[in-house]
Amino acid sequence: MSFLNLTRRGLIQTGAVAGAGLALPTYLRADAHAGYTNAPTGNTVTLGFNVPQTGPYAEEGLDELRAQELAVQHLNGEGDGGMMNTFSSKALKGNGILGKKVTFVTGDTQTKSDAARAAAKSMIEKDGAIMINGGSSSGVAVAVQGLCQEAGVIFMAGLTHSNDTTGKDKKANGFRHFFNAYMSAAALAPVLKSAYGADRRAYHLTADYTWGWTQQESIAAATEAVGWETVNNVLTPLASTDFSSYIAPVLNSGADVLVLNHYGGNMVNSLTNAVQFGLLDKEVNGKKFEIVVPLYSELMAAGAGANVQGVIGSMNWNWQLQDEGSKAFTKSFGEKYGRPPSNSAHTCYVQTLLYADAVERAGTFNPCGVGEALEGFEFDGMGNGPTLYRAEDHQCFKDVLVMKGKENPTNEYDTLEIVEQTPRAQVEYAPDHPMFAGGELGQCNPGA
Amino acid sequence: MFGIGKRDSTLLIIVAIMALFAPFILNPFPTGSAMAQFNAGYPDLMQRFVIFGIFAIGFNLLFGLTGYLSFGHAAFLGIGSYAVVWMYKLLDYNVIPGLFLAVIVSAIFALAIGFISLRRSGIYFSILTLAFAQMMFAISYSDLIGRFLGTTITNGETGLQVYTSDPQILIDDWESVPHLLGIVEMRSTYTLDAGAWSFDFNAGYYFCAVILLIMFYLAIRIFRSPFGMMLRAVKSNQQRMNYTGLNTRPYTLAAFVISGMYAGLAGGLLASMDPLAGAERMQWTASGEVVLMTILGGAGTLIGPVLGAGFIKYFENIFAKINDNVLHSWFAILPDGMEDFMVTIVHPFVGKGWNLTLGLLFMLVVIFLPGGLVEGGQRIGRVFRRRDRNAGSVEADAAKQRNPAAE
Repeated sequence: MSFLNLTRRGLIQTGAVAGAGLALPTYLRADAHAGYTNAPTGNTVTLGFNVPQTGPYAEEGLDELRAQELAVQHLNGEGDGGMMNTFSSKALKGNGILGKKVTFVTGDTQTKSDAARAAAKSMIEKDGAIMINGGSSSGVAVAVQGLCQEAGVIFMAGLTHSNDTTGKDKKANGFRHFFNAYMSAAALAPVLKSAYGADRRAYHLTADYTWGWTQQESIAAATEAVGWETVNNVLTPLASTDFSSYIAPVLNSGADVLVLNHYGGNMVNSLTNAVQFGLLDKEVNGKKFEIVVPLYSELMAAGAGANVQGVIGSMNWNWQLQDEGSKAFTKSFGEKYGRPPSNSAHTCYVQTLLYADAVERAGTFNPCGVGEALEGFEFDGMGNGPTLYRAEDHQCFKDVLVMKGKENPTNEYDTLEIVEQTPRAQVEYAPDHPMFAGGELGQCNPGA
Repeated sequence: MFGIGKRDSTLLIIVAIMALFAPFILNPFPTGSAMAQFNAGYPDLMQRFVIFGIFAIGFNLLFGLTGYLSFGHAAFLGIGSYAVVWMYKLLDYNVIPGLFLAVIVSAIFALAIGFISLRRSGIYFSILTLAFAQMMFAISYSDLIGRFLGTTITNGETGLQVYTSDPQILIDDWESVPHLLGIVEMRSTYTLDAGAWSFDFNAGYYFCAVILLIMFYLAIRIFRSPFGMMLRAVKSNQQRMNYTGLNTRPYTLAAFVISGMYAGLAGGLLASMDPLAGAERMQWTASGEVVLMTILGGAGTLIGPVLGAGFIKYFENIFAKINDNVLHSWFAILPDGMEDFMVTIVHPFVGKGWNLTLGLLFMLVVIFLPGGLVEGGQRIGRVFRRRDRNAGSVEADAAKQRNPAAE
């Protein structure tokens, strides 16, 4: 072989290249500066909005982006200020954050963990984003939260409903304003009992991923506590578009309630299939057959059209709420975009303001300082009544809405009506509840 | 040098120089200027450039040499990632054991899949590989094996992650992110500020770049070896080979396994840079992407797949981030009506429409430059270099197999 067939010139060349290669690591050492990742230097600060712009939750993502843009405007003192006027903390003055003008960059999560992490990384590494906000899937939220923990920036989760986000996957740098599956179940069970009776047999269809699993577990536990029986639980692949093969067996199972642990396009399709099969017109065990959709969103309800009529579910927030904060936000959003905000838009808007407020109160952008300011923070005027950011798991505790598909909608946004506003005390749980056990927050990481 | 011909050495050195100075080459615009949007020299993207370069080089060893179009190569990418993350979970954050495991496991899977799929050729082979990859995607996406065993193997749609409750029997207190033998953390970055410019030198990137060079060198050796010759013979006419009494299957199977190992290594590196393995990495779109990379760059050439990989990743990460705000700031100097008009025109091609732009460019390349970007480079080169040597360039030899100096 010619491998050792060296010439003098070849040897020198090779030696030079190898030497340069070996010398490189000594030259490449991480330098410590500023004390935390992406410390803003100029007179602006950059927020990173990571939402699904393509894929099954693109609608939701675009609505989140609208709300985030609105929040940036309000932070910079443009527009009517929205919820900043009703927010109980008055640290924000409409001059940006800590006097720095707020700018933002956007990324596309594609509702894929990989793509979401790549998008977040690029915003952190390239654009110098100081925090990441948004998202519309629990799988993605968990993945991005892990990344933010490693990179040393704050993650303000968008729409993520899985217990795991602030349960076994909780992280010190991650914060969730949205409610979770346990809370949905705790709010829904009493309403379901009074509406449909205590003697019911439930059949679950569940989207096969972290959110679906925890929601099914929560709903089954809560309904069984009021006397219901869980007949069966069938896992459906997230990518399914036709659920007719899953619906047919429901009729022969002796169940009289169908629980759809689906979200987004999945839910629109499975609900439509179920209604087409005439499930709602059936009588089983001498009772009218019912369908329950534990997690609702306006965009899903609009997608499912008339099929949602009379179907009960839960929501984090709805634009029809009549408190001052909700009214101010709905007005501000409506004036800018000509439509009412969805509940994912609301949560992303509120998260942006809460982050900015925490920075103001902490007096620093350092994630550890911001985290401390958010932990145990009590506030009001953000649309859900008095709210607590619990220090133990970074989960917000607030009232939960139980919704029902409206029988006679007057326009395309008027698809759901509020059945009950379940008080916060009823949906609270201990931080070490078995459904949330297994993880630990760890230490806050300021990065660099 | 190193037993490869002069032209190949030149190519290897060019790639080495490009890899070494990538932080400068990819960040030509001052930070804060309007053009900074097009800078690609940040650690994550640079890492992706080289990792997908390795992936595409490996794919090209199969497709470029034997002509077998595998449509399921992403399966090995995913396997590599899972292997590395599992090593994090069981041992510690050192990337080396994981990378070895990634290559070994992907080789085993490639052997099994190749053994079956290579019984057919052409479209049937493609469909078989696609079917296997989709099967593995479905298994990992719903964690069917894990559920069968009553434990977690791939953690489904959420993706496999490291938890503090994992065994991690070798872990030390200071370990929290992937590192190389405890010498350097993969994410440690040295930022050099030079005037208005800023350049990131990332340890993980250079680790990947060194591996890319080794893999590139190996690919050159395979291209120029008698084994590579045999593979090219398979591509040109397999039936004739069989008539002469030669059993080609061991050769194609070897090529398939080598190619799978490259993919496994690339997947392992992805998880070495970012300790998470998601099932999406195995989806057919990911398999299709590497086919695009190879064809776009130039199938059957050495440097082509690397160029193609860079091209596609650049579009995915840079064009996808241009939103309407950015567009408005570009056209701000135009009068209002014109500004909105221009934004409306450009809007569908950037941001979430980056796929559209990429698709158009791909069509243009395939129609006008069937040899990919490499052919484009050659044509440009020929314009400037009057005396057209018979071959054209280094790449043209790929098909001709000139015997290097002292074989």
